[in-house]
Amino acid sequence: MNLSESMKMAIRSIKTNKVRAFLTMLGIIIGVASVIVLVSIGQGSSQSVQEEINSLGTNLLTVSVSDTDSVELTDDTIEQFKDLSGISEVAPVVSGRVYAKNGETSTQVSMTGTTSSYISVRDLELSQGRFLTDMETELRSKVVVLGSDTADTLFENQKAVDQNVLIGGVSYRVIGVLKSVGTSMGSSGDDVIIAPITTAKRATSSTTIGTVYLKAENENIVERAMYQVQGTMTTLFPGQSDNYSVSNQEDLMDTMSSVSDTFTLMLGGIASISLLVGGIGIMNIMLVSVSERTKEIGIRKAIGANRKSILLQFLIEAVVLSCLGGLLGVGIGLGIAKLVSIVSSLTISYSWSVTMMAFLFSIFIGVVFGVFPANKASKLNPIQALRHE
Amino acid sequence: MPTPIIEIKNMSKSYELGGETVKALQDVCFTINKGDFVSIIGPSGSGKSTFMNMIGCLDKPDTGEYLLDGKEVEKMKDNELAAIRNIKIGFIFQNFNLLAKLTALENVELPLVYRGVSVKERKEVANACLEKVGLNDRMNHLPSQLSGGQQQRVAIARALAGNPPVLLADEPTGALDSKTSKEVLQMLKNLNEKGQTIILITHDLEVAKEATRVVRIHDGQLFENGGDWIESERINEDGYTQYQNQ
Repeated sequence: MNLSESMKMAIRSIKTNKVRAFLTMLGIIIGVASVIVLVSIGQGSSQSVQEEINSLGTNLLTVSVSDTDSVELTDDTIEQFKDLSGISEVAPVVSGRVYAKNGETSTQVSMTGTTSSYISVRDLELSQGRFLTDMETELRSKVVVLGSDTADTLFENQKAVDQNVLIGGVSYRVIGVLKSVGTSMGSSGDDVIIAPITTAKRATSSTTIGTVYLKAENENIVERAMYQVQGTMTTLFPGQSDNYSVSNQEDLMDTMSSVSDTFTLMLGGIASISLLVGGIGIMNIMLVSVSERTKEIGIRKAIGANRKSILLQFLIEAVVLSCLGGLLGVGIGLGIAKLVSIVSSLTISYSWSVTMMAFLFSIFIGVVFGVFPANKASKLNPIQALRHE
Repeated sequence: MPTPIIEIKNMSKSYELGGETVKALQDVCFTINKGDFVSIIGPSGSGKSTFMNMIGCLDKPDTGEYLLDGKEVEKMKDNELAAIRNIKIGFIFQNFNLLAKLTALENVELPLVYRGVSVKERKEVANACLEKVGLNDRMNHLPSQLSGGQQQRVAIARALAGNPPVLLADEPTGALDSKTSKEVLQMLKNLNEKGQTIILITHDLEVAKEATRVVRIHDGQLFENGGDWIESERINEDGYTQYQNQ
């Protein structure tokens, strides 16, 4: 009795009980499909987050101050950063929330006060008009650049450039509109008003620089530039390292990907529990099958089937069931994932390794949960099995 | 000089049934020669089934020796017994015991499947066996599409497929009407005439008489001259008391 023979026998016996076989496989199908769908969604979202972070530029450094009272960044500090060898550009940021108004429409947005270098440090692009100039920063001009969402809200279908917005009762001229950058990590990059830092200090009535964005000269010296910035900060604010942080995109990416990896793992874990439950379903049906076919086992044994043949027959049947279920699950899972990516805005990232893993795991489950019933069948006493009705 | 194919010496078997020890076989000695057509007759509970299980290598005796076709069977392990059943014995059961999901041909092939014979060869053998029982026009029918007599013929073909030295028929006519019973018995007789050793187990005197040698089993003991006992002119005699007195 060879393997292909047993395989044929198993497929045959599954064919004679199609509905039952399908219901048995359902657990595995759902398990495999949900592992694939959930992991695809998890990996897709982690990928899109990483892409967003990447699009911000990998040579971006950020100094953020958590306690502005003890760590006061001044224009002098900014100048010192500019003098560092590895840093090409520096953009200090003052931010606050303001109320912007155009005629009847009004919205609350965050105002970012910065300098002309902000646009290149943050890798932003304009869709209309121009960005701030150094002159405007010097002169405290009342000009603003709008984020794409803010422009849409305030000037629905009109051209925003050269129009005026009222911020805190003062009129500002719109000189440019940014291209949409999308939402990342819960904060919209499009829902902003960018003004010269000098102007913004007044409008938001905050004089302290909360964040400084720095651009390293190239990606290879990001680490070195970061040490330089840290060194400068330590010299200027000794013993205050708890009140500010210097980070680069790499750190951010690591944090984000570790978060999303945990998330994906959790989703996959939950889904594999259903795979396990599916396996128990297979064991259950195989046990029923063994007791239903006791007579058949008796006949086979009387005719000369040894323990191994009977064991193999039932084990292969369980494995074929779980294997078929796994295949169907893979198909359905990939289909659903595709559907999700079409219907919703979620990014889907197929992982062939996870698909393969889910499939192999389903076969493994077939073997594990098939062994017990198959062993039971093979141990039946032929005399009693023959007498069984 | 006839060659013995089954030699049983002092075979005993007892088992527990509801806390009581039943002596199903007591010191049974028995020899069957090649080409014999032996029927074993006995009422239910006589130890007939146990004896059949012993001969059929489905069970192992407590004590005693059993030589089947020159092989000592009594000490074999389960897997070796399975191989012996496959090669040395062809079973024919009262209720046919065909596998309902397999066609006649596949049922006949089954012993060869377990022997590891190639697909082509076993198809040929199975075909030849079905032809012997006159059923090769029905080889693709399922058992449920065949009459009782036809099913039993398929079972006989299956028993023959492995070309075993011994055919072991357990009440082969028990589930058949008298006409088909006669056909099946005639078939067994024909096989015997061609040299096949057949052991027929039955409780039916008429059936047992068809064999060339009749042994009787009673209370776990075997009596060789069962044939005398069922001679029609002596049917009213109390054979059991007579044997007790012998």
